[in-house]
Amino acid sequence: MSAAAEKTLQVEVWRGGTDGAYESFEVPAQENQTVLDVVTYIQRNLDAALAYRFACRVGVCGSCAMTVNGRPRWTCRTHVSRVAKNGELKLAPLQNLPLIRDLVTDMTPFFEKWQAARGRFVPGDGPKDRFAQVPPEEKQRADANAAIECINCGVCYSACDVVSWRDDYLGPAALNRAWAGYNDVRDGDRNGILKAVSSGAGCHTCHTHQSCAEHCPVSLNPTFSIAGLKRATLKASLKGELSE
Amino acid sequence: MSPRLYLLQRGTAMVMVPLVIIHLVVIVMAVQGGLTGGEILGRTRGNIAWAAFYSLFVFAAAIHAGIGMQTISREWFGLGNRSATIAGHLFILLLLSLGMRAVFGVYGI
Repeated sequence: MSAAAEKTLQVEVWRGGTDGAYESFEVPAQENQTVLDVVTYIQRNLDAALAYRFACRVGVCGSCAMTVNGRPRWTCRTHVSRVAKNGELKLAPLQNLPLIRDLVTDMTPFFEKWQAARGRFVPGDGPKDRFAQVPPEEKQRADANAAIECINCGVCYSACDVVSWRDDYLGPAALNRAWAGYNDVRDGDRNGILKAVSSGAGCHTCHTHQSCAEHCPVSLNPTFSIAGLKRATLKASLKGELSE
Repeated sequence: MSPRLYLLQRGTAMVMVPLVIIHLVVIVMAVQGGLTGGEILGRTRGNIAWAAFYSLFVFAAAIHAGIGMQTISREWFGLGNRSATIAGHLFILLLLSLGMRAVFGVYGI
């Protein structure tokens, strides 16, 4: 056993619902150890009742996001050595989402907003009538490409001040998805996306704080996507294309 | 916020950029040798150009700030959509009345 392995981490973990409290655990420190490793150690060795969520463990599925020492992060790719202060970790569920228990939040509002922002593909007339040619260097393809790799982790949604102020705001992830969809020239109702994101608390509600871009674990820039939606909806509005 | 309100707020901000610059530059130039209230009113009273300049300034500022107040009312004070809209409109009326009162004062109505 190395010297590092003999050390321990002091880990505070949120337990229970919104009226819960932090519970302290002592976890052996390893030289290479992710925050998800720490949570898994607690659940398997110290308290089997701890509720948390994970699947792939390699930064693809987006299910293990939590608040780590005050910041929303993907825990499977967050090394303890990078975030622990004096060997201390404070783990809480994501903000801005209903808490189910311990470290697990209800993601339903998050995904409902993806639907509200028309974050799904609508087929066009079909290849027999219109076969879209999409050159890789085309600007719209590049814009879609820049926004497409979202893993739905909810980190940006948790980090967004505007979401915390307005629970009807669509949020950075849904709007980022809408921007990717709007730039897909094969979509059969791109104007429908603009209508969806410009009604109610849509893209114009964003204050451009850029917390989403600052916290996104896969380095996307939802603020840039939202700015694109603001421009596109403004042009469409001036042309009268957003009226029913 | 609708695209129309978004355009109004950004548009009034763009209108105010040159107005603020002219306002500040004129102040700095005018007070170089010392300036009294009487001298200011002597230049502005009956001057329709300055009255038009500051009227535009007041309208742009009132609309810009009113839309902002509507947003702040909703996000920080927790008002509903309807209440926030009313608060925004009332703030526009307040700024318009205070601002135009000042414009009428320096023009000399």
